[in-house]
Amino acid sequence: MPLLELRDVKARYGPITALHGVSLTVDEGEVVALLGANGAGKTTTLRAVCGMVKTAGQIMFAGRSITGRSPESVARLGIAHVPEGRGLFTELTVWENIRMGAVVRGGQKALRANTERILSYFPWMGERRDQQAGTLSGGEQQMLALVRALVSNPKVLLLDEPSLGLAPTVTRELFSIVRRLNEEEGLTVLVVEQNAMIALDSASRAYVLEVGRVAVAGESDELKRHEGVRKSYLGY
Amino acid sequence: MIINFAAFVVIAVVIVLLPRFMGEFRLSQFTFVALYFIALLGLNILTGYNGQISLGHGAFMGIGAYASALLILGRPGLEQYQLDPPSWLPLGDGMTPAFTIPLAGLVTGIIGLVVGVPALRLAGVSLALATFALAVSLPTIAKRFDQVTGGGGGLSLLLPETPFGWDISTRHWLYYEAWVTAGVMFLFAWLMVRGRLGRAWRSIRDGEVAAASSGVNPALYKTLAFGVSSFYAGVAGALLVIEVAFVNPDTFPVGLSILLLASTVIGGLGSLSGVLFGALVIEFLPVYSENPPLIDAEFSTQAPSVVFGALLIVIVFLLPGGFAGLLRQVGRWINRGVVRATTKRTAPAPTSDS
Amino acid sequence: MADFLQQVVSGLASGAIFASLALALVLIYRSTDVVNFAQGEMATFATYVAWSLMDHGMSYWPAFVLTLVLAFLGGATIERTLIRPVEHRPEIAIVIVTIGLLIALNGLTGWIWGAEVKAFDSPFPNETWDVGGVAISQQDIGVLVVCLLTVTALWAFFRFTTLGLVMRAVANEPTSSRLVGVRVGWMLALGWGLAAVLGAVAGMMAAPTLFLDPTMMLIVLIYAFAAAVLGGIDSPVGAVVGGLMLGVLINLLGAYVDFVGSELRLPTALFVLLVVLMIRPQGLFGHVAVRRV
Repeated sequence: MPLLELRDVKARYGPITALHGVSLTVDEGEVVALLGANGAGKTTTLRAVCGMVKTAGQIMFAGRSITGRSPESVARLGIAHVPEGRGLFTELTVWENIRMGAVVRGGQKALRANTERILSYFPWMGERRDQQAGTLSGGEQQMLALVRALVSNPKVLLLDEPSLGLAPTVTRELFSIVRRLNEEEGLTVLVVEQNAMIALDSASRAYVLEVGRVAVAGESDELKRHEGVRKSYLGY
Repeated sequence: MIINFAAFVVIAVVIVLLPRFMGEFRLSQFTFVALYFIALLGLNILTGYNGQISLGHGAFMGIGAYASALLILGRPGLEQYQLDPPSWLPLGDGMTPAFTIPLAGLVTGIIGLVVGVPALRLAGVSLALATFALAVSLPTIAKRFDQVTGGGGGLSLLLPETPFGWDISTRHWLYYEAWVTAGVMFLFAWLMVRGRLGRAWRSIRDGEVAAASSGVNPALYKTLAFGVSSFYAGVAGALLVIEVAFVNPDTFPVGLSILLLASTVIGGLGSLSGVLFGALVIEFLPVYSENPPLIDAEFSTQAPSVVFGALLIVIVFLLPGGFAGLLRQVGRWINRGVVRATTKRTAPAPTSDS
Repeated sequence: MADFLQQVVSGLASGAIFASLALALVLIYRSTDVVNFAQGEMATFATYVAWSLMDHGMSYWPAFVLTLVLAFLGGATIERTLIRPVEHRPEIAIVIVTIGLLIALNGLTGWIWGAEVKAFDSPFPNETWDVGGVAISQQDIGVLVVCLLTVTALWAFFRFTTLGLVMRAVANEPTSSRLVGVRVGWMLALGWGLAAVLGAVAGMMAAPTLFLDPTMMLIVLIYAFAAAVLGGIDSPVGAVVGGLMLGVLINLLGAYVDFVGSELRLPTALFVLLVVLMIRPQGLFGHVAVRRV
């Protein structure tokens, strides 16, 4: 049974339908990528999972339906969403942001147990505990958002456009950390990305969305060789 | 459109004939409805059509009232009060009340334009706060500059005489004076709102940046809205002081400004048809909340406030369009009913099927 | 000089009351983006409740504390029932709701307790201390201390407790708070509850001097608005500093500038409000809102 499954999910923003029936699965321990051009519906798909947008269809998490649940209850079930733009608490410090990650799920115990372990992936963060989050660089903010999501020991991590606004080297570093987390700790990840190349390098499977539907799906290697994908998203 | 015109005619006829059926006190109440109607027209233009919240229209009414009173009394009248206003004030020797109405409106309108300029820098709640500040200050300022305003004692006028020797009581004359003015002001408002001004105002309300990029100058139209709406308030204030023959700082407490905004919302923002209902509410709700007609009970003098407040909240929750919105909704239901009834007859007869 | 110091102290005392109510306004503005026009009436209502408790025999400080608890519950209830349903509506809708609340509460207060002015006991003796030849009113010092203690307690709550952290996070980014599992609705209700507590403190401190009647806090509300705008409508520090400054300024102007006298104090405060709104809308400590086109 897949950990996260979407069956024929439709979603709309008011009168505009953004998803016309998306189906995908994410198994435990996988890294799955969601690719597509601007406006294809990638972010909307993640939002649908978190109940941030009006949805029809079935969304199943560990076998139970979570369609239409509020964002806070979805978060409490163990789905951690790092939104587009990171969604950091810019006025709080680095440490306070991290604390907020565990404040509901797990609380103090989870915080203490997990923080050391997670911070080991981001050695520089410990020294910057008291820096205001809004003053960090783009890459640092993305890392902080990731740490905040991980500190709650989530079952699934939803990553929305982590490379947005980041320099290529920083993006590579970020994705290598995600890969390590997946390999060393079995973290399940659904990552939305415009940068198809780096996404396909980090994920085992991928779905390509076009105009609110799944156009192509398959193993990453397959997709790298797929002519349509190559021409439209990989540039060769 | 036809319905609107028909409604207008019906209401006009009712207004003309009403005095035959009521005593002087009732007549006076309906005169108040007329002047509140004018004030609410102005406020609706500013807040409903142009989206600028004003919690200070009571103050503008006050300015109009004082302006009219000063013009009616003239310097000789003020001297009788032993008041010594500054010599630069253009007070004449006393004027017929009816002529002071447009002048008071003009004075208030100009002040409104002046207020409208700094108001450009404020939006939404800040503007509400600033106009609220204006409303609260006016009574105090009126008391302070007592050489002009008569201070706490205020200014008293003589009740005007019916002109042209017509054989109707003064109350009758004042009633018609108020309603004719109301009718004229309504016509002006209607013309402004459906023309270029109205379109510009609404486009600014709905999206100032978009309006600006379509060539509408927000600063010009917003200031104009302030000027126009305070002109209306000034006219209403003048009518009030003529009707009551008295004005003092307590005539225009901050509560009035709040009440005016509340009634505009209850009538329906951005719609002229609800304004009459709003005016009726201001005048009659307090009376009927204290002594409801069919229920044999007497509620406290505070009941009106509770009803007003609760009504406001209910309107926001259930009837955002206010009374006018309700009328539109009823209109739609009727329309649908009519369409359904007439369509049945023309439905094709069932064909026999093999 | 002695007179000057007395005026300063008494200005600080009234300023502390402004500061408390201003802080309530800022608290609500930061968490729900609403300017609560009914904050003063809510404070008046709470003060009447305290009066009733004491009228029925309760002594001052127990009544004080119980009133704070009831004010908290009242504020939270108002948020859940009246503000919650309209929080996504345009600004004018929310303004109208709070104005409706102002009108209704004002009427309700008069209905329940009558409109006659009532006396309200002060817990502080009506005497003065002699500090180096200057007569300092104990009432003034008492008010100052109580208000500052309340404000400090609130500050400590936000700074040092987890719940306070969560509320700060919600004020900063409500959507991200949802994504980490916070039930944002309850945090907003909590904010309104705390604001109501601040208002109740302001009301109970003002009542001995202003005397209790349904419109008691309307004027104080306006001073509080001026203070909040002066300090920065989104800055808690600003609200407190603004309140104290305004209290002292008004008092000194009223005492020493003939033109102002005692009648033009309120318009002067409003003049300050207007000037700040025009020249520096973000106040002393607030942040400029950037309008992204």
